Parts: sequence; C-alpha cells; structure tokens
Amino acid sequence: MEADKAIVVQNLTKVFGKFKAVDGISFEVHRGEIFGFLGPNGAGKSTTIRMLNGLLLPTSGEGTVAGYDIIRQQDRIKQHLGYMSQRFSLYGDLTVAENLSFFGGVYGLSAAKVKERSQEVLSLVGLLDRQKELTGLLPLGLKQRLALASAILHEPPILFLDEATSGVDPISRRTFWDMIYHMAEQGVTILVTTHYMDEAEFCDRLVLISQGRLIAEGTPRELKAAVPEQIIAVYPDRLDDALEVIKKLPDIAEAAVFGTGLHVATLKADQTEAALREALGAQQIAIKSMGRVPPSLEDAFISLTTRAGRS
Amino acid sequence: MNFGRTWAIFRKELIHIRRDIRSLIQIILLPIMLMMLYGYALTFDIKHVPTAIYDQEQSRVSAEFIRRFQGSEYFKVSRFLSSYGEIDHLLTTRQVQLVLVLPFDFSRPLKKKGTTKVQVLVDGTDANTANIILGYVQAVIGVYNQNVVTERLDRQGLGYVKVPVTTESRFWFNEDLESVNYIVPGLIAVIMTMVGALLTALTVVREVERGSMESLMSTPLKKAELLLGKMAPYFVIGMVDMLITIAMGQFLFGVPQRGSFLLLIGLSALFLIATLAHGLLISVTSENQLQAYQMAMLTTFLPAFLISGFVFSIYLMPWPLQAMSFLVPARYLVTITKGIYLKGLGLKVLWPDMLMLMGASVLFMSLALKKFVKKIR
Repeated sequence: MEADKAIVVQNLTKVFGKFKAVDGISFEVHRGEIFGFLGPNGAGKSTTIRMLNGLLLPTSGEGTVAGYDIIRQQDRIKQHLGYMSQRFSLYGDLTVAENLSFFGGVYGLSAAKVKERSQEVLSLVGLLDRQKELTGLLPLGLKQRLALASAILHEPPILFLDEATSGVDPISRRTFWDMIYHMAEQGVTILVTTHYMDEAEFCDRLVLISQGRLIAEGTPRELKAAVPEQIIAVYPDRLDDALEVIKKLPDIAEAAVFGTGLHVATLKADQTEAALREALGAQQIAIKSMGRVPPSLEDAFISLTTRAGRS
Repeated sequence: MNFGRTWAIFRKELIHIRRDIRSLIQIILLPIMLMMLYGYALTFDIKHVPTAIYDQEQSRVSAEFIRRFQGSEYFKVSRFLSSYGEIDHLLTTRQVQLVLVLPFDFSRPLKKKGTTKVQVLVDGTDANTANIILGYVQAVIGVYNQNVVTERLDRQGLGYVKVPVTTESRFWFNEDLESVNYIVPGLIAVIMTMVGALLTALTVVREVERGSMESLMSTPLKKAELLLGKMAPYFVIGMVDMLITIAMGQFLFGVPQRGSFLLLIGLSALFLIATLAHGLLISVTSENQLQAYQMAMLTTFLPAFLISGFVFSIYLMPWPLQAMSFLVPARYLVTITKGIYLKGLGLKVLWPDMLMLMGASVLFMSLALKKFVKKIR
C-alpha cells in the first residue's frame, strides 16, 4: 500500500443472516485528511466502522487501516487507532486523571508515559485544572473533550469519531472541531460519522452511504455540485400545510423543511415556481418570500439519497 | 495475555468498588453481620425447655418424680398448674413447650400394680424440636424407672442388681454438640459465595449496559484480560472476608480449628476462583444487571445456603436434591471446611472435593470466556 493512504477499503461487505448491512463499499482515505462518513440511520455506517476498528470481521472484501490488514491484524489496528463513540465511554465514578490513567494502561503505556501524555492531552482539550474532579460531575461538553483526550492519549495516527458530538451544545461543538482541525494539521487522519450537516461541511472529503451502498463520494463542494435539481426556498406562513400541498405537485423531486422555510428540489424550476404560487394561493397560504438558492449539503444529501433509493 | 492491561482493569475495578458505598457495605459489613446472626441466633442446641406441670395428686411420690425434671438443665419448670384450662392457653401462646400432667391417682397404681401413667403434652409445631424434647422426657423417665426398679429389688432382698446394658456415649468431632462449631465452617462457604458471585455477576453486564464495552473492545484489551482483571479484585476481597470469618469464629465463638490452616486457605481460594468464574459467566450471559443479580441469587447463593450441607444434612434430602447438590461447588467447600475444622482432615481424605473444585473452576472460566467471545463479536 502507498504511504499516504491511511485507510483503503475494497468491496467491503457484511451480511447478518439474510440482511446485507454493508454491500461492496470501496473508498480510500489519505493521511491527514478529515474524512466524513454520512448516511441515514441504519445505512451501514456503524457496521463499516466496526469492521475498520477491529470489532467485526467482514463477510467479504478487504482493507487496510494504518497499513494493517482488517482481517488478519485487528490487534495491530486497535493499537494504532483512537476511537470515540457516540455513547459516553468514560467512567463517571473515576476522576479525570484516573480515566486517562486507565486508558493509558489499557493501551500499554508506562506509568511515566501516561503522566507525560496526560498533561499534553489535558492541556490540548483545556482540562488541566480539573484532573482531580469526578468525571460524572463534568458538563457534557467537557466530558466529550475528555473522551477525545483519552482517545488520543496513545498518539494514534488515525482517529475515529463515531457521532462523537451528538447532544453537545453548538459552542462546545465548535471548540471540539477546532481541536480536530488542529490534530489534522499535525498529520492525524480523522474519520467522522455525523448527522450534523454543518459538521459534514468541515470535512475535506465525504462519502455518502445509503442502504449499505456507497452512493456518492467527493468534497462537500463536489457533492453539492452533483445535485441535478435546482432548489427553490419558500417561506410560507403555514409551514406544515404548505408542505402537504407542495408534496402533491408534479415535477417535485423532494420537498423538506429547512430552517423556518421549505426547500423544494425540482428539475423544472420555472414551471414549479408558477405551480407553487397557484397551489398555495388556492389554499390561502401566503408566501412571505421565494427564491432560488444554491443547494446546501443537506439538499445534496437528501437528493442523492432519494435518487439512490428510487433506482 | 498482557499483565499491564489486566493490571489497568484491576485498578479501575478497585476504584469502582471503593467509590460505591453499597458494594463496600456488602463486602465488609455483610460477612460480619452474617457471622453474628448465625453464630448467635442459629443455634440448634435445645436446653432449658419451658415446662409447665399439672400435678393433680400433690403427693410425696409425685413431688419426687417432678424433682427429676427440675434438676435437669434441659428443662426449666416455670409453671405449676391447677386446671386443664390453663394448658391450652400456655401452649398456644408458646409460653411453654412442654406440659406434664400427673393424674389424681398417680402413685396408687404404682404401689398396687407396679406401673402408672403420666401425660406428656409437647408443642408439635416444630416437629424436629418436639422429637428432641420428647427424647429428653423419655430419658429422664428412664432413669427414674431404673431407680425405682432397683430400689424395689433391693427391698425384696435381692440386693443391688446390675442393669444389663448401659450406654457410654461420646460425640466425636464436636464433643459438646455446640452447633456454632459446625455453623461457622459452613458459613465460610456461604459468605464467599455471596461476596464472590453476587458482585462479579454485575461487573461485565454493567459495562455493556452503560455502553463502555464497545469502547473497551476497540482498545487492544483482550477478553481474557478483561475477565481476569475483573476477577482479581474480588478474589482479594473474598480472601479478606474469609480471614474475617475465620478470625471471628476463632476469637468470638471459640470454634476449634484442628486441621491445617494453610490447607483451609488454599482450598478456599480454589473455591473462590470457581465462584468468581461462575459470577462472570452469569454476567456475560445476562441482558442487564437486575437479571444478573437474580440469576446469581438463584444459582449460587440459594444452593450454597440450602443444598450444600451448610445447615441441612444432604443425606436426609430426597434424591433429586441430593443429585443437584453435586452441581453446587459450595457443597465441596462445606465438606472441606467442616472436615478441616472439626476433624482435622488433610488432602488424603479431601482430595476428591479438591478435584471437583478444580473442575468447577476450569469449567466456569472457559464457559465464561467462550460465551463472552460469542456475545461481543
């Protein structure tokens, strides 16, 4: 394998009984890249992650993580990987320092090394002055940062963030991402699964997974450009009623709530705009504003997923 | 197998235990409480049976007969009655457990025909106790009879006559028939089962429930290392509890310890390993902590209490229970501790029990590991 590839996956497939959770996925992640892994719930994201971090064996296909084979060298992979899961994995009845010391021990670091690295990661995540506090009493945002600290304690070249920021407030998420950027700059490869679209925008490249298949791959800009439809942003006064009406119109690829308005995807923008005015007017729904907008990543996500679902 | 990783788990578990007040109580107070409770309360020695006597005749002969009971430490004659009506009340309210009724004509038939009758009323609620009381009564009357007969023969000029068979009884191993002497050795097994199995049954399933198992498994930690690291602190605790139990038995209850102390420690440690592994097996096969706790209660503690021979003699049980008792590791430890404590036995006699404990340890450990590997994959 080439030295600049952190993760290489070819035709990865996992079958549970009759259910194909992951169906022939292939992709590559470069060293130092922030790589996004997107898809609706149950699309096969977690199953793929579990095959990459050595928890699950693939039914067929192959791959390497940090240069180690995902089938034969699971132990080596685990040693070179940091993993932060969506569920809070630290121990609430242990202090900040005790949690770090535990994970250090599990990764085989010496006591001196644990001490040295603890100071480094704690200063990175801004928890140096809270080492003696019980982890369970920390606010969620800080717990998340401690989880990050314990995931990078053993200096892994690759870090998996599996919906690591779910439930965390926006400011904490922002701080968290600053740390992630910082690590990527140092050459750490980062694999992210998330369902926050703003977080997906932070990624260098993304793959989109739906029903176990990889349906799109590229930079956020490329994915947005791949949307064939045009997007009309409508701000009606009765959101739910308007959505009902719009969904019944012809030539609509997809209509969904977006903030305080609706995003309507269509291939025939002019006709749709006219049809929209007419249909909403007939129901006495006032339109506060309407106009065309460039597709957001969420539009791209919805458009690409529904198209994949139809074919 | 990496010692450093096992050590990390061991240290973490110790912190969990130290910070959890409930497990601390279970570890330290429970054995002490059990020892006090069973050492003092669970006594099967029947002495000073509260007794009432209804002497209708009030003669010199009847008074002499009654004195035999008053002179015995097994009876405490607390009431003398003057009507039948009182008997019912005294027995139902459990003020007495035994009533002797001497009829109006107690001594007359004794003189004329040489024999008479006395009515014995025993509270039969607890059949076992009732039987023992009746036995005491018959023994006292037996001595009385013997005295009367020899006196009679003596008066007829036949001189002092020897009784054909007299009993010379000795109780071996527990000379004074102190029940605490066989309760305490058995308690070691019960306490170790309780501390060992009930606490470890929660440790693995707790990690699964709180979601930390997924993270643990994505570290280089091996499943065997995890199980061993979780077992180790409870092994230490179990041994400490065992020493507490032995010390209390020795100094508080004065239970004699006749065998090898090292053998006692060694075989108890072996039993502890089997019990801890049993707890882990329950933990890896349970869905949640509640289920694990109930399973542990049902499959470790109750059998250790009921069919290990701790209190109830296995040989007196119906055969299905006897057969089941072979599957209970506590049975072997109870045999071992009672053997070492009371009879001073060594491995020459106890080796089959040791082998069974070894087998149980290996079986439970490999099953726990196997089920664990299957479950998390």
